[in-house]
Amino acid sequence: MINLNWYPVWRRNFLVWKKLAMPSLLGNLADPMLYMLGLGYGLGGLLQAVDGVPYLNFLAAGTLAYSVMNSATFETLYSAFSRMHVQKTWEAILNTPLTLQDVLLGELFWATSKSLLSAVAIMLVIWALGLYDNFGMTLALLPVALLTGFCFAGMGLAINAVSPNYDFFLYYFTLAITPMILLGGVFYPPSALPAWLADIAAWLPLTHAIELARPLVLGRIPTDLVLHGLALIAYGIAGFSAALVLTQRRLLK
Amino acid sequence: MTSPLILRGLTKSYAGLQVVDGLDLELEPGRCHGLLGPNGAGKTTTLRLALGLIGADAGTVDLLGYPMPAEAALARRKVGVVPQIDSLDPDFTVRENLLTYGRYFGMKGREIEARIPYLLEFSGLAGKADAPINNLSGGMKRRLTLARALVNDPDLIFLDEPTTGLDPQARHLIWQGLRRLIGQGKTLLLTTHFMDEAERLCDVISVLDQGRVIVRGSPRELIKQHIEPHVVEIYGDGLAEWKTCASSLCKRCETAGETLFCYTDAPDKVVEELANQPGLRYLHRPANLEDVFLKLTGRDLRD
Repeated sequence: MINLNWYPVWRRNFLVWKKLAMPSLLGNLADPMLYMLGLGYGLGGLLQAVDGVPYLNFLAAGTLAYSVMNSATFETLYSAFSRMHVQKTWEAILNTPLTLQDVLLGELFWATSKSLLSAVAIMLVIWALGLYDNFGMTLALLPVALLTGFCFAGMGLAINAVSPNYDFFLYYFTLAITPMILLGGVFYPPSALPAWLADIAAWLPLTHAIELARPLVLGRIPTDLVLHGLALIAYGIAGFSAALVLTQRRLLK
Repeated sequence: MTSPLILRGLTKSYAGLQVVDGLDLELEPGRCHGLLGPNGAGKTTTLRLALGLIGADAGTVDLLGYPMPAEAALARRKVGVVPQIDSLDPDFTVRENLLTYGRYFGMKGREIEARIPYLLEFSGLAGKADAPINNLSGGMKRRLTLARALVNDPDLIFLDEPTTGLDPQARHLIWQGLRRLIGQGKTLLLTTHFMDEAERLCDVISVLDQGRVIVRGSPRELIKQHIEPHVVEIYGDGLAEWKTCASSLCKRCETAGETLFCYTDAPDKVVEELANQPGLRYLHRPANLEDVFLKLTGRDLRD
């Protein structure tokens, strides 16, 4: 049963974030922007057009998806873990009429909201530097970021549920996040990979996100739009469902 | 008035270990109830079952008229919880903690704001509304946790070791608050390892061991029923030789480490005899709840 009970949990996180908004924004945004500008200009200067556009334009969509992924992942791993495990915030909430599902939905939507903010920041850069082809189409990056944030927030909460400590998250970064950054098409088109590797990469959530975001920045309608969208939703729902069961087992047994 | 909490035949086991084993408990409205027991006796599990956080393997829980855990969300609207481990929001001020917690109960901001002055006064934190949590002492944090548990004006309040780790001054302040709540007609269920705390606050005490209630009664009743009225604690050189003598003078003797505990109806004989034993030191005192507790649950460590 879905209702609005998750909202006080979302709001709690928002109020804390508001207090630390400036450093948090900087931390969230400086990193992807430096990647984009540094690699875009630095590496882009050495490259001819990639996919028919300057490298910086090509990199923009990848950076957006990667930034959204990072934002949702960090929020549901480190921040959510602090709330769940260190500060016992979740346990305090569970003593009220709210349920674990309310708590996890609040966290899911909060992480999604935060990742949406990362997307907006990258979009501002895309607009400011004129890295797009069609302004109207870049607005469709918002729903793409929403789905991407949802997807990685759901998966992150599942990892959070089974983590004994902060160090455990390194496995997820090493085994899932880093491969996605390197194989998912952030820095180059997947067609550059050997076929067998490209086939594997096609299954990665980040690949789906980039397959949606990149055409939109470059002024094209994404091919297999529905497939990529559904894939992101499916990964998100699978992650969130696992998170519900595993967190239940962790906190309420 | 009906009982705010009724537990019947409750059992719960973890990996084959019976943590709660056929537990029955019924609270009287408007009273302070103590739940005592050594570590691992099932106190915390019992509280979690009562709150509907976990489901029992067998038995029933009725919390404020609602079956648990099925109607937990409804029942908890009128329940307050002071958890054992601090769970205040370290990023918030005192006021923000109360505001945020009230919202979990579906309360409106205005409603909570209106209640905050009372809560601050109650917990002796008036003037601290805008203090960050990390600036509060341990005692203040505990009092704020108590205030937080009252934000929804609960009928029944669960307190899991509310004064553990506090200095005597801070404990007395918490006790004052709890007495005030009892005076207002609230029902309290308190777990504690401090027997003096239970003796002072609780109208009814249930001693738990191995997952069931082994005795129940007022502190005075329990002392009267289960233990001799006087205790002489004896320690010092020559205790070993004197032990046989002691057992003839006392009703019951127990050794714990280097100390001999003599339980008796007639302490004068023992004390007279001890006057002739210059190597031995002693303390003569009335029996208390701790003596009852140790007699019923044994002196062995339960880790």
